[in-house]
Amino acid sequence: MDNLVKRAKELLENKTVQVVIGYEAGPTGVIRPAFITDPEKAGKLIYNDKCDQNLAVYLTKKEVKNFGKMAIVATLPVMRSIMMLISEQQLFAESIVVLGISADGNLLDIADINIMQGYIEKSDLSNPEKYKALLAELNKLNPEEKFAYWQKELSKCIKCYACRQACPMCYCTRCTVEVNQPQWIPVQANTHGNMEWHILRAMHLAGRCISCGECGRACPVGIPCHLLTMQLTDQVYTYFKVYAGTSDKMNSVLSTFEPNDKESFII
Amino acid sequence: METTRKLIRKQSVEKLYNALTSNRQVYAPVVAADKQIEYRYNPGFAEVTFGHIRSTLSVKNVVFPKVENLFFYTNARSESTITDIDMSRIPEVVLWGAHPCDNAAFDTLRSIFCWDIKDEFFSKRLEKLAVIGLSCHLSDEYCFCTSVGLSPDSKKGSDILLSLLKNGDYHADILTEKGNEIVKSAADLFETVSDEKEVITEVKQKFSHEQVTSKLSAAFEHPFWVENSLRCIGCGACAYVCPTCACFDIQDETRGKNGKRYRSWDSCGFGLFTLHTSGHNPREVQSQRWRQRIMHKFSYMPERNESLGCVGCGRCSSGCPVDMNIAEQLEALQNI
Ligand code: SF4
Ligand code: SF4
Ligand code: SF4
Repeated sequence: MDNLVKRAKELLENKTVQVVIGYEAGPTGVIRPAFITDPEKAGKLIYNDKCDQNLAVYLTKKEVKNFGKMAIVATLPVMRSIMMLISEQQLFAESIVVLGISADGNLLDIADINIMQGYIEKSDLSNPEKYKALLAELNKLNPEEKFAYWQKELSKCIKCYACRQACPMCYCTRCTVEVNQPQWIPVQANTHGNMEWHILRAMHLAGRCISCGECGRACPVGIPCHLLTMQLTDQVYTYFKVYAGTSDKMNSVLSTFEPNDKESFII
Repeated sequence: METTRKLIRKQSVEKLYNALTSNRQVYAPVVAADKQIEYRYNPGFAEVTFGHIRSTLSVKNVVFPKVENLFFYTNARSESTITDIDMSRIPEVVLWGAHPCDNAAFDTLRSIFCWDIKDEFFSKRLEKLAVIGLSCHLSDEYCFCTSVGLSPDSKKGSDILLSLLKNGDYHADILTEKGNEIVKSAADLFETVSDEKEVITEVKQKFSHEQVTSKLSAAFEHPFWVENSLRCIGCGACAYVCPTCACFDIQDETRGKNGKRYRSWDSCGFGLFTLHTSGHNPREVQSQRWRQRIMHKFSYMPERNESLGCVGCGRCSSGCPVDMNIAEQLEALQNI
């Protein structure tokens, strides 16, 4: 990843950006996000197949934005998250530089949003293979079995909201679960409260989830909550032929009415 | 009480476990289908693990459940009634096979819940709890009990502490009256000690907690906090898996005329935790919340509760989605 380090160093040296968001190996060897502000420290940056956190979550974090213009190491899911954030007016295209990383781990030349859009459009946007297999297994179950599966999984949930915090698209400063006048979602982490929380989370991400799997990766108790949003990604594609995060001018599928929308799912 | 040491043979451990599960709720660790270590009530002995390093969640929920109902109410136009929780229904529980760090945490929790007013729910649950601890013969890079004044075989918090011997038998240190009662109920299983050696893991000391505490008193405004918490995403994972984190939220849940008030786990890592009704938030950004987490455990608690707020179990670090390694940060803090 010499190219990445070189490019990051340049961007910091010529003051194009004030911070580079990328990955480093911590002292115990665990890969984690790095925030490089000093060009001399650019050498800390690495990229390998263990760098799977979706870094776009930091583009809306106050203390990171405070640095100024940000460069971000961006694999396909990160690029798609960036598109989502721009289209939902959470981010200005001018406030970032994208250090794109191709599927085989090489630095891409992403000069602007249009080039990024071109790269995204050429890519396979369906759910990643490893998740497709899990979803196919789940979809073999009948509705009762599926419900029982999720009830068992969700009973483990402790409502730490790591899934929400890890997701770039969960940027609301006041999440519905935090509203208590009226209280929409029970605060308690019991079967009922957990079910409602996960249904809410999945519905708010329907048509907005870009299939990075970050929520499931973040969950400390190992609930595969990413499969809920990925299932909806599949369904949104089936009905509307749209994948999230493909352009900076997208309208959210589920909050936009088109006269020719299919309505076959309305009973 | 004078503590005594006995021997319990490998085969007798199973008999003891079965005797306890026959008339009590025994909360014991098992390896779940997804390889996570979970505690369950009365699993079959064959399922119980003796070789785990740390369970994903701590065992604090036996005294501080993730949801605790405080009372039920009915709101009628003319009058409202409150029904208290029947404390006599809180069951006797035997915690089986929990490690010394987790057991020491009950003392830490007591120093919080019974600091001024004795919390009745916590106290009742603790009173009904007997702890058969298990010294650690395994550890990993996240463990740091020896940096916070404990060790892989510390006795704090256990009523009986089992320690594995080279030949597979166990030493049983009988530490309290509760422990003694259990031993008496199965006296024939406990024998005189042999000179077989114990297998106790070694945990390297990473920092001096005294030094960390002394450094923290002048570190409130240090740039360390922002630099080292940029990657923190502000979830509750670290607090919820932690055996000593005790913050809770109180909520009412009403259906028609009836409702209940309960408390449930909360975390100082959440932005909402300190948000005032006015809109002002004294801990506006994540670095301030991360600072609070460390300050509370290593500065405010030693000062006010005469107890550290951390037992070195390493869960917050192994469970954190972005590798906020607390031992690494404490090591750095002792030298700032
Ligand atoms: S990260 Fe896991 S445990 Fe935490 S709220 Fe999400 S599903 Fe529940
Ligand atoms: S330190 Fe880790 S687990 Fe704790 S709030 Fe931050 S990201 Fe979540
Ligand atoms: S702060 Fe971390 S290491 Fe310390 S007791 Fe809590 S979870 Fe364990």
